[in-house]
Amino acid sequence: MQSFEWVDAESVEQAVTLLGESKDGRPVVAKAGGMDLLDLMKGGVLSPHRVVNLKGIKGLDGVRFDARQGLELGALVTLSRISREPEVRNRFVALSEAAEHAATPQVRNAATIGGNLLQRPRCWYFRNEHFHQAGGDDLARVRDGQNQYHAIFDNQRTAMVHASTPATALLAYGASVELVGPGGKTRTVPVSELLLPPDMKRPRDTVLAPNELLTRVRIPAPAAGTRAAYHKQGERESYDWPLCDVAVVLQLDGRVVRQAAIAMGWVAPTPRRATEAEKLLVGRPVDEELARQVAKAAVAGATPLSKNAYKVSILETVVRRTVLAAAKA
Amino acid sequence: MQDVKDTSDTRGATTPADGQKTQEAGPAKPPPPNPGPARQQAMPYGIVGQRLEQVTRRVPVDEPPPLPENAKLKSIGKPVSRLDGIEKVTGRARYTFDVQLPGMLWGQRVLAPLPHARIKSIDTSAAERYPGVRAVHVMERLLSTAKLRDPKAEQGNRYPTVRYAGQPIAGVAADSPRAAEAAARLIKVEYEPLPHVTDLEEAMKENAPRVFPGPTEQPSTAGGGGAPPGLPQKGNVRGPDSKPLGMGPRGDVQRGFAESDVVIDVEYRTQVQTHVPMEPHGLVADWRDEGLTLYASTQYMGSVRDEAAEYFDLPKSKVRVICDYTGGGFGAKYGIGNFGLLAIHLSRKARAPVRMVLDRREEHVSGGNRPNSIQRLKLGAKKDGSLVAIQLKAWGSGGVAGGAGVGFCHSTLYECPNVQMEQYDVFTNAGPCAAFRAPGQVQGIFGLEQSIDELAERIGMDPLALRNKIDVSRTDDAVARAHERRVGAEKFGWSKRRPAGSDKGPIKRGVGFAQSQWLYLVHRNTGCEVRVLGDGSVEAFSGTQDIGTGTRTILAQVVAEELGLRPEDIGAHVGDSRYPPGPASGGSRVTSSLTPAARNAAYRCARDLASRLAPVFQASADDIVFADGKVMVKGKASSAMPFRDAVKKAGFNEIAHRAERRDDYEGYMAVTPEMGISRHGIGGVQFAEVAVDTETGIVKVERVLAVHDCGRPINPKLTESQIYGGVIQGVSYALYEERHLDAGSGHQLNANVDQYKIVGSRETPSIEVILLEQLGAQSSTDARGVAEPANVATAAAVANAFYNATGKRIRTLPMTPANVLAALRA
Ligand SMILES: Cc1cc2nc3c(=O)[nH]c(=O)nc-3n(C[C@H](O)[C@H](O)[C@H](O)COP(=O)(O)OP(=O)(O)OC[C@H]3O[C@@H](n4cnc5c(N)ncnc54)[C@H](O)[C@@H]3O)c2cc1C
Repeated sequence: MQSFEWVDAESVEQAVTLLGESKDGRPVVAKAGGMDLLDLMKGGVLSPHRVVNLKGIKGLDGVRFDARQGLELGALVTLSRISREPEVRNRFVALSEAAEHAATPQVRNAATIGGNLLQRPRCWYFRNEHFHQAGGDDLARVRDGQNQYHAIFDNQRTAMVHASTPATALLAYGASVELVGPGGKTRTVPVSELLLPPDMKRPRDTVLAPNELLTRVRIPAPAAGTRAAYHKQGERESYDWPLCDVAVVLQLDGRVVRQAAIAMGWVAPTPRRATEAEKLLVGRPVDEELARQVAKAAVAGATPLSKNAYKVSILETVVRRTVLAAAKA
Repeated sequence: MQDVKDTSDTRGATTPADGQKTQEAGPAKPPPPNPGPARQQAMPYGIVGQRLEQVTRRVPVDEPPPLPENAKLKSIGKPVSRLDGIEKVTGRARYTFDVQLPGMLWGQRVLAPLPHARIKSIDTSAAERYPGVRAVHVMERLLSTAKLRDPKAEQGNRYPTVRYAGQPIAGVAADSPRAAEAAARLIKVEYEPLPHVTDLEEAMKENAPRVFPGPTEQPSTAGGGGAPPGLPQKGNVRGPDSKPLGMGPRGDVQRGFAESDVVIDVEYRTQVQTHVPMEPHGLVADWRDEGLTLYASTQYMGSVRDEAAEYFDLPKSKVRVICDYTGGGFGAKYGIGNFGLLAIHLSRKARAPVRMVLDRREEHVSGGNRPNSIQRLKLGAKKDGSLVAIQLKAWGSGGVAGGAGVGFCHSTLYECPNVQMEQYDVFTNAGPCAAFRAPGQVQGIFGLEQSIDELAERIGMDPLALRNKIDVSRTDDAVARAHERRVGAEKFGWSKRRPAGSDKGPIKRGVGFAQSQWLYLVHRNTGCEVRVLGDGSVEAFSGTQDIGTGTRTILAQVVAEELGLRPEDIGAHVGDSRYPPGPASGGSRVTSSLTPAARNAAYRCARDLASRLAPVFQASADDIVFADGKVMVKGKASSAMPFRDAVKKAGFNEIAHRAERRDDYEGYMAVTPEMGISRHGIGGVQFAEVAVDTETGIVKVERVLAVHDCGRPINPKLTESQIYGGVIQGVSYALYEERHLDAGSGHQLNANVDQYKIVGSRETPSIEVILLEQLGAQSSTDARGVAEPANVATAAAVANAFYNATGKRIRTLPMTPANVLAALRA
C-alpha cells in the first residue's frame, strides 16, 4: 500500500469541498467504514493521494421511520444496525435480512450502507492489480476465462456484477438515495439509476460525481398488505459472496397479489428487476405452480457464459422459493 | 511428436527392447533392526479392550520394560491440555512472523508477472538508490521446482527461466516494509515472453508449449512429495511411475478383467488445493561472522539447516535454526525455500537480520499445493466381491514441480492378484506442488473408495461387508480397520442406511463410508536429552518443532510418566537445532519417533537417579520407585518423600541422559537415510451423513464419525484435535477449496482467503471421534501417527454419502453447485 494523507471531515460541506480537490493521478477519496476502500488499497487497485474520513460527520447515522415518509437511513448507518433495528425488521424484512446476511459480523459492524452501495465489484479480474496494468480487452478476458461467478444477463458489454447485496433489497423496495454536491446542491436518485454497469477503467460504478456525497437512503412507506422475503444463495453459509440473491416484495389483498417486485442481484451487471415475472403474479394468488412459472419467466433470456450456466438454474430455484416465502411471510 | 531425448539419466533406469522404460526399485531393503545387545521381551500386542495377546520381541537391553495399556498409566494416555495453550491464546507465543530483532530489515520479493519467459536483463540500480534500501539480491538459482536432467538446454541463460506467474526473481531488504515494497517496484526486468500452458489436459497435448525444454527430476522433501528418479518424459508428461512407494505391479490385469464378473471403469477428477496455513512461510536470517541464525516457520528445522549449509557452503555447526512455534504446516514447509534463499543472501550483503515472510497471495501461488488429478480407474471383481484386477492410469499437475501421483492405495489396501498402475506428472506453468497431508493418497482414495462402493452396489453387497472380505492384509492397519468398521457401524447407525436416492423432496439425505490408509513412518535419526537438575526440576530437549500438534506436551507427558511427575512439572524444550536431532513434523511421524527416544532417555535418568537415591533411602536402586510426585521404596508407603526433596538430598548438580529412537523391534519394510517405513500402516475409517439440495447443488456435510487408530494414543485430547482438523480439512477439500488460474495470464485469481473458499464454522459438521488404543509392540511407547490418516477418507466418505443421498455419483471435486448440478444431470 502506498502512503496517503488522512483528513477527518466534520461536515458534509467540508467533505464535498475536499473531494472536489481530486485530480487525475492525485485522487481524493471518501472513506466511511473503509471496508472496501482498504481492500482496494491493499490490493494495489486504488492508490489515493488523500483519504477523507466521513465517520466524524454528525447527523448521517440516523434511522427514522414515518408512516407517510417511509424509512430514512443516514449514509453512515452500519449494516449490523440495519439488521437489528426494529423499524427495519418489522416493516422492511427483506432489507434487514439482506443486511444480516452480508459479509461477516466484524465487517457488518464497520460497513455503512452508503459505502456498501458504492463498493466496487468483487470480480476476481477487477480485484487483481495485474489486470489493471496488463491492458487488453477486459470483457474478452472474462468471457474466455474464469467466469463462473459472473453475469448471466446483459453480459454483452461487461460481465462483472455489482457487489452490494443490500442493493437487491433496496431495488425491490423502490428505494432512492440522496446525493449532495458543492453548495449543498441536493438530488434524489432511485437506486435503479444510481448503479452503472461496472467498468475496470472508471473510478466508480455509480452516477455519483467525484465531488458528491451520498447522504441518505430512503424507502417509501409500505402499502398495507406488504409482504417480503430475501434470500442470498452462496456456496457457503458462514460467509460468502452470493451466486445470486433475490428480494421479493408483494402487496397482497387477501391471497391475491396486487403489486409485485422481484429483484435479482449478482446475475447482471446491476441488480435486475424480473419485470415479466412480476406481471405474472399480479392479480393472482401465489401457489407452487404460479411460483414455478414466475421463476421460469425470471430467468428467461439469460445468456450464460462458458462456465456459469449453472447459475441460471440456481437463480430459478431461488426466485421460486423466495416468491413462496414472501407470500407466506 | 518429437521425443524429448533422455540423455543424462544416470540413475539406473534401463530401456528394455520394447522401448518402455522401467524404473528402479523403491527404497532400499533395510538391514536387520537394532544391532547390539538385546533381550527377548514379552510385550502386549493387540487392540486394548478387544483382545490383548503377548508377543515376544527382540528389544535392545538398555530400553525400558514395555508399558502396560493406558488405563494403567498416570500421564501417558491422559487428555492433558496443551502446556503452551495459554501462550498461544494470549498472543505471547512468538511465531516466526512475530520475530523482531534489533536492526532487523524488511524483505520484499520481486515476482514475475508472466507465466513463462526468459529474463533478458535486470536493472536494480534505481532500487539500490532508494532511501532505506540496504541490499538487493537477484536470484541465480531457483528452489522448489523440478530440475532439468540436462541443464545444458538452458545453459546460456543468466537467470532462472520464469515458469510461473509469481515466481520470485529478486529481493530487496530495507529499513521499513514500505521502503522495501517501493524499491522492489523499481527493479526493472526485461522479459522475453514464451508460450505457456496452465491447464492439465492442455499441457498433455502433443503440441502444447513445453514448460521445460527437456526431461526433469524432482527429489522429494522430507515431507514426502517429489517424484521417483529416472522416469521418461515426453513433452510435459513425465512417467509412468508404475511402482509408487516401490510397490506393484503384479499379475496380469488383462487376464484379470477377462476373468471378472463385474468391471467398473470410470474417471475421477480432483482439483488443486493450496495449503493455506495460518502463518505463511517465512524466515528471518541473521548472518554474522560467527555463524548464521535462522528463525523459520518450518516443519523441519533439520531441512532448513541442511539446505542453508549446502547453498551457502557453511558447516552445519555454523547454522542454527530456531522455531519456537510454527503457525501450521501441512507438508509444504520444508527447507529454506526461495524466500529463505533471498533472506540469507540479503542478510549476508546487508550484515543485518532480514525478515522475509510471504504474503497471502504468494503463499497460495508459490507456497505449495496439492496437485490436481485425472484418474482412470478400472476394477474387476467376482460376484462374491473378491477383486481380480485393478488398473489405474492417472495424470496430475504439480505445476513446475513433480510429485502429482495419486498414492499407493491401489496396490496395497485390498487383496487383488492383478494390479497395474501408471501415474504421470504433467508440468504446467503454475506454482510448485508440495507434499500435502497424505500426499497422493487423498486423491487416490477419493476414486478407489467410490469404485469399491460402486462394486458393492453392483453385486448387492453391503459396502462394509465387502471391505471385510477384501481388506485382509494382516497388517496392523487392516486389523484396526476391521475393528473400526464394526464399532463405527454400530455407533453411526449404519444399519439404518436406506437405498440410494430414497428421499422424494429436493433435499436428499444419505450416508457414506470410506477407509483410510497411511504409512507408519519413523524418523530414524531422533534423539532426546533429559536432565534432572539438583533441585529436582526436570527438562527435556529435542530438536523437533511444534507445528500445532502439541509436541511439547506429549514430550512432557512421556518424561513425566517415567519420573512419576505431572507433565506441567517438566520443562519441555523444542524448536532449536542445537538440541538433539528431532523428527520432521511431516509424514505423521513426530510422536512415533520422539516419544520412544524421550522415554528411553527419561528411563535412563530414572535409573541413574534411583542409584543415587539408593543410599538416601537405604534401599537397593531396583526398589526405588517414582510415583505421584514422590519417591519411595517399593512396597513401603511410609518411605515416600516428595520428588524435589529426595533429589536435593541426593546432592548432585545434574543428571543428563540422551537416548535415541531405536528401530522398530520388527524392523522396517524399507528405509531411506532419514526414514523407516513399517510394513504396517495406519488405518482409520470415516462415516459421513450429507444433505444435498438437488435444486441449488449445495451439499451440506451434517455429521462425520471418525474412527481412528494411531498405535498408543499418548494424549487422546490432542489426538482428537488432529482428527477434527483432518475431517474439517477433508470436508473443505471435498466441498470448497480450489485454486483458480486464469489460462490467459497464468495468474491465480483467488489467491486470497475471500475467493479461495475454505470451510467455515457453519459448514463444519458435527464430528465424533472414536479412538482405538492399539499396541503393536514395536517401540518403547508404541505410538504411531494420525495427522494424515485423519484427512484421507473424508472426501471419499462424503462422495459415497452423496451417492446414497441422490443415486448419482459425483466423480469431480470439489462438490461445488456447478459440479453437483452437472453430476445430478448426468
Ligand atoms: C469478507 C467480506 C465479505 C463481504 N460480503 C458482502 C456481502 O455479502 N454483501 C455485500 O453487500 N457486501 C459485502 N462485503 C462488502 C462490504 O459490505 C462493503 O465493503 C462495505 O459495505 C462498504 O462500506 P464501507 O462503509 O466500509 O465503505 P468504504 O469502504 O468506506 O467505502 C466504499 C466506497 O464508497 C465511497 N463512499 C463511502 N461512503 C460514501 C459516502 N457517504 N458518500 C460518497 N462516497 C462514499 C468510498 O469512497 C469508497 O469508494 C463484504 C466485505 C468483506 C470484507
